Amino acid sequence: MKKNKCLLLGDEALAMGALYSGLSGAYGYPGTPSTEILEFIQQAGLTKERNIHSSWSANEKTAMEEALGMSFCGKRAIVTMKHVGMNVAADPFVNSSMTGANGGLVVIAADDPSMHSSQNEQDSRFYGDFAYLPILEPSDQQEAFDMMGHAFSMSEKYGLPVLLRMVTRLSHSRAVVEVPEEAAPQNEIHYPANPRQWVLMPAISRQRYKRLLEDYKSIQAASENSPFNRYIDAADKSLGIIVNGIAFNYLSELFPDGIPFPTVKISQYPLPKHMIRRLMDECARVLVLEEGQPFIETKLRGLMDNAKIYGRLSGEVERTGELTPDIVAAAVAKSAPGYAHLTKKESKGVSDKVVARPPALCQGCGHQDVYHALNEVLAEYENPRVFGDIGCYTLGFLSPFNAIDTCVDMGASITMAKGAADAGQHPAVAIIGDSTFTHSGMTGLLDAINENSNITVIISDNLTTGMTGGQDSAGTGKLESICLGLGADPDHVRTITSLPKNLGEMKALFKSEIDYPGLSVIVSRRECIQVARRHATQKKS
Amino acid sequence: MKTDIILAGVGGQGILSIATIIGKAALNENLYVKQAEVHGMSQRGGDVQSNLRISDTPVASDIIPLASADIIISLEPMEALRYLPFLKKDGWIVTNSRPVVNIPNYPDIEEVMKEINGLGNVVAFDMEELAQKVASPRASNMVLLGAASPFLKLEPEKLEKALEEVFARKGEKMVEMNLAAFRAGRETATDNSKS
Repeated sequence: MKKNKCLLLGDEALAMGALYSGLSGAYGYPGTPSTEILEFIQQAGLTKERNIHSSWSANEKTAMEEALGMSFCGKRAIVTMKHVGMNVAADPFVNSSMTGANGGLVVIAADDPSMHSSQNEQDSRFYGDFAYLPILEPSDQQEAFDMMGHAFSMSEKYGLPVLLRMVTRLSHSRAVVEVPEEAAPQNEIHYPANPRQWVLMPAISRQRYKRLLEDYKSIQAASENSPFNRYIDAADKSLGIIVNGIAFNYLSELFPDGIPFPTVKISQYPLPKHMIRRLMDECARVLVLEEGQPFIETKLRGLMDNAKIYGRLSGEVERTGELTPDIVAAAVAKSAPGYAHLTKKESKGVSDKVVARPPALCQGCGHQDVYHALNEVLAEYENPRVFGDIGCYTLGFLSPFNAIDTCVDMGASITMAKGAADAGQHPAVAIIGDSTFTHSGMTGLLDAINENSNITVIISDNLTTGMTGGQDSAGTGKLESICLGLGADPDHVRTITSLPKNLGEMKALFKSEIDYPGLSVIVSRRECIQVARRHATQKKS
Repeated sequence: MKTDIILAGVGGQGILSIATIIGKAALNENLYVKQAEVHGMSQRGGDVQSNLRISDTPVASDIIPLASADIIISLEPMEALRYLPFLKKDGWIVTNSRPVVNIPNYPDIEEVMKEINGLGNVVAFDMEELAQKVASPRASNMVLLGAASPFLKLEPEKLEKALEEVFARKGEKMVEMNLAAFRAGRETATDNSKS
């Protein structure tokens, strides 16, 4: 078959792989490092030609459910999100192993070890394990492309969704990928063979759960024969290595002429028991090189704390953060006598002239105007607290604003402000972006409205999902009507334009609503300047 | 043939278009390429870098190990220093000498330049000034690419062809402007590195 060579990001390779495997619907919510998957699909010619669904969803839960609906109808769908999005999608995700899949359904979760753009380092493999679902984990861009077809076939063969786990370094690294000329056809609509299975009432679920556990044996067996799991034998049995996903590349980098120790490369789960047992039997010690949390290592060590197993838990590998070729070199040197030379490098020291350069809000950004006004107003109160949220405006925590006290998860600004007000806190101000508000702020606002909580909610509306690069925002043009529809008092749903020249007006509005003893919402609005610039260029050309 | 390149700068300066052109030139030559980028939070004015590896044999790791980079290409002088531990012993630094001062504690620029120039294999000059002279300040990153081109083990014609392909969508004028910037950068580097 003739193939074309393309230079693709890991995320783009997945997107291309899905398109070429007869995709009918892509669903997701933007989040670094996953965003480029859906963006690529939105711009692909095949998407328009085949009328593939590719709009952003309001959040990861709605995305997961929409994809499940498409799978119910027999067509192939993917869901994309960053790792913490899995928490939002967890309810439908975990239950999707109970309904099963009809059309192929692949859930892509992009983890962020080292927290380049995230609040934690959670490892999505735990979710796949928890839900009894197969997990795939590419080690390079070509594998990412090839795995999508494999994932869809598996999903349809076993009637289960498949979790595909990515990590930042692979999501955002480009390499040459060979792509066939012809894309596979899409599925026609066809309904589940056992429709009862999709109604998760207790009596049905109890039967289904037993069947799921039976099927788990089959997917376990599939891992032993997966083209993506490999037992690579070698002569030096003083050490055996288990390595997952992208970590395999760092190990290969270290040994360009071949890894001297027997190695099990893992890219498909449940873990291939027989391969691992063989390694454990044949090798004196086993080093687990794991990109992410010690998922494999914990399973291997168990409660008995097997002294033969080395890794993040025993200290040969750094306990937190992503792996690098140098961390892998140090781990091998610590685990195998005679490999100390791997870490001996003549490396220049870090210059004392280098200082940190943290990210900052763009010059001319409307969030800055909100913080200028808010800081000046709050200076008049004794103990103000500002509950922040997830987005560019989280940078208001940093100098020169130092304006927010909390940032936890999507939507927590409103609900934490409410809880604080319940405790007697005043002023309790929530600051949240437009996209985060429609993602997870609306339900919390309803709680606050129902109790007329004494909080001031500022929706800093930049008409886009800014931090991830300017994707469409689900609530654009609807924010005030959403708040009114939820039952907010029309006298206290106020709108203003975030501009330096409006500073006086913004301050007066913020102050009057903070002093109002009840719930108010202020929509402070101005388009993101990055997106505004892009719109201006588009108009010109 | 193998070249490990670290591209450095400040979010928004345009290091990724340099990476795109080198990557395209390498792809045209049927070389293996891996290019790790930084997307997300730090693109908002923070420090950004990209690891670009090109080779005629397969490339394993997406990121460059310590003391292995052949060259650091930087659009900002302090950012060039940030990745020093990754530069190999006789590696080159090609950097803009004009700082981006968007933090209150930016070190004394003369001290920064003194340290850079003391490192040996260095090409450093004001790329914005040169870009302004021959094209437009917006083409500073192509001046930098030109200045780095003698060290990339890719023929300049191949890089120029990739540059043309990348800018073709934006019109003939943009292609010409960026080509002029590339050539001026290359010329300056060739003159500087001889001495």
